[in-house]
Amino acid sequence: MQDFIQHIINGVSLGSIYALIALGYTMVYGILKMINFAHSDVYMVGAFAAYYFARFLGIENNPGITTLITLLVVSMVCCSLLGLAIERLAYRPLRKAPKLNILITAIGVSLFLEYSGQVVFGADPKVFPEVMKDFVLFKIGDIELKSFDITVLIVSVIAMLALEFLIFKTKIGRAMRAVSSNASVASLLGVNPDRIIAFTFIVGSSLAGVGSVLVGMKYPKIDPLMGMMIGLKAFVAAVLGGIGNVGGAVLGALIMGLSEEMVVAYLSSTYRDAFAFGILIVILIFRPAGLLGKYSVEKV
Amino acid sequence: MKRLLLALVLVLPLLSGCTKKENEIVIGEYDSLTGSDATFGLSTNKGVRMAMDEINATGGIKGKKVSIITLDDQGKNEEAAAATTRLITQNQVVAIIGGVASGRSKAAAPIAQSHKIPFVSPASTNPDVTKIGDYVFRVCFIDPFQGLVMAKFATENLKLKKAAILRDVKNDYSVGLADVFAAEFQKRGGEIVADLSYQAGDIDFKAQLTQIRSKNPDGIYIPGYYTEVGLIAQQTRQLGIKAPLMGGDGWDSDKLSEIGKDAVNGNYYSNHYTTESSDPAVTEFIKKFKAKYNETPDSMAALGYDAAKILFAALERSPDLSGKAIRDELAKTKDFPGVTGKITLNENRDAVKSAVIIQVDGNNRKFITTITP
Repeated sequence: MQDFIQHIINGVSLGSIYALIALGYTMVYGILKMINFAHSDVYMVGAFAAYYFARFLGIENNPGITTLITLLVVSMVCCSLLGLAIERLAYRPLRKAPKLNILITAIGVSLFLEYSGQVVFGADPKVFPEVMKDFVLFKIGDIELKSFDITVLIVSVIAMLALEFLIFKTKIGRAMRAVSSNASVASLLGVNPDRIIAFTFIVGSSLAGVGSVLVGMKYPKIDPLMGMMIGLKAFVAAVLGGIGNVGGAVLGALIMGLSEEMVVAYLSSTYRDAFAFGILIVILIFRPAGLLGKYSVEKV
Repeated sequence: MKRLLLALVLVLPLLSGCTKKENEIVIGEYDSLTGSDATFGLSTNKGVRMAMDEINATGGIKGKKVSIITLDDQGKNEEAAAATTRLITQNQVVAIIGGVASGRSKAAAPIAQSHKIPFVSPASTNPDVTKIGDYVFRVCFIDPFQGLVMAKFATENLKLKKAAILRDVKNDYSVGLADVFAAEFQKRGGEIVADLSYQAGDIDFKAQLTQIRSKNPDGIYIPGYYTEVGLIAQQTRQLGIKAPLMGGDGWDSDKLSEIGKDAVNGNYYSNHYTTESSDPAVTEFIKKFKAKYNETPDSMAALGYDAAKILFAALERSPDLSGKAIRDELAKTKDFPGVTGKITLNENRDAVKSAVIIQVDGNNRKFITTITP
């Protein structure tokens, strides 16, 4: 029982990190109907931005809330700028091109970032600065709740609530939903779709920035290819929850995190990914649009 | 015109690759200069380069300068195979110094074998590597020996009764060490209470470690590479597991302590050589390496150096530069005074030599004991 609860804590902590990255995939998909494969590499660049900035300021061995917030802000700003640049330079010129072209461009941008990352940052793993001390916050029986897990959870929840507020309670959020629903009609009503799309990239990328600092804090090893696997899993989580649906991405990510944890704990560590992705296949058989996604007929 | 230019641009690099100079002996090398285990490749390459500079400073081999072409395999099996093909067919090398990882050697060595080009691996310890053919050699010991050494050390010196294993299931090297360790540990009366796996590139190991914790082992054997081991060590201590961790030569990198911080201290791994040795060959090597690169050589650098030196010695003895002649001379290597011990290549083309057990202590590597075959 004690181990079971420990597994739940581990799984939720892992899932909330997947959620932050999954949100970026789902937002871009919701508005542009394209999968932004470069998203996981924006996340990687965010981690390196925080790493170099911490070294620049000399705060890499100065754990505390201020360090955490500074690095979060730095990483979010860098990720948004990069997301914006990618949208402006790579995707916007292709707005009218077939969907497949944009998809392939996205893969190209992803590979470009990964491999130029190896040239610029070096291929060997770097050690992420110590953002926070890991200590036991409170203890129930033998179950320990660590500051890392709680911080990851709190920061993720704040980021997600802020996103929820932005999309449903603000004017720009309404414009985002309008563009997502029908871009040409939205533009007739005075919404500039290009600006809204750029804004979506900024928001999605800054969430990746938040994710990168949290991952760096918890798993202090960063390298230029760090986005590959976590990006794939976050993408799967987004599909699982219903891509394009913000709540679905969070739900899907939690399911991914927990199922990975439980598969290792009670079935087989060797087949962890096989089981985790197997769950995806089963869910998609019964709900092709994902758990919370709306099934829509493609009009020809 | 545009098309002609394009064709020229595409064809030119191919042509330039074919030029061969008469007064040079060209040797090929591939290794992971980028990728997740890049420090292995970079270290090996430094060792190999140092050996090359030394031999060229003393007049080369039979009056010919040695030049080494190094290609990057990006830590991928298919790239290692592609690099080997390119070295043999385009650069027409006389021999190949292979990379560190066993999985990649298994992809690359069959190509060298089929072209009858001698292939010397500095550090691929998986037993199957040299079984590929009679042109494939290595200058390191093999996995069974490393697993055996650690099982012996765990039962005799650490007096462990119950051990858990956490292996990298995608890595031939890790699986090989884990299998031998498990068999030998049980043969010596120990019990394997958990045998779990992870995959290179993972960052979260808490699920496996929570399960290991419930089995309460006296020690955990993690024959993986330093990047993951550093994180595993941290998470082990975060979960409150106090048992010592043990591993193989894949731990040998300065990054281990950088990533794992305090959590890796006090743990043990088997290795090819120790910087604390008083052997003049070793102290001389360390001195020269420090002067050249301004860092302490790890065992991959030492093995790369030895691999190159053994190959140079065989080239020196060889009557001509045909693959067959070089191969025959390589096979005759006996009691070669390398940095990583006296190296004899046996009939299986494997090196016979001793291993050392090292304890991690910050950036220092405390020498604990030597275990001979």
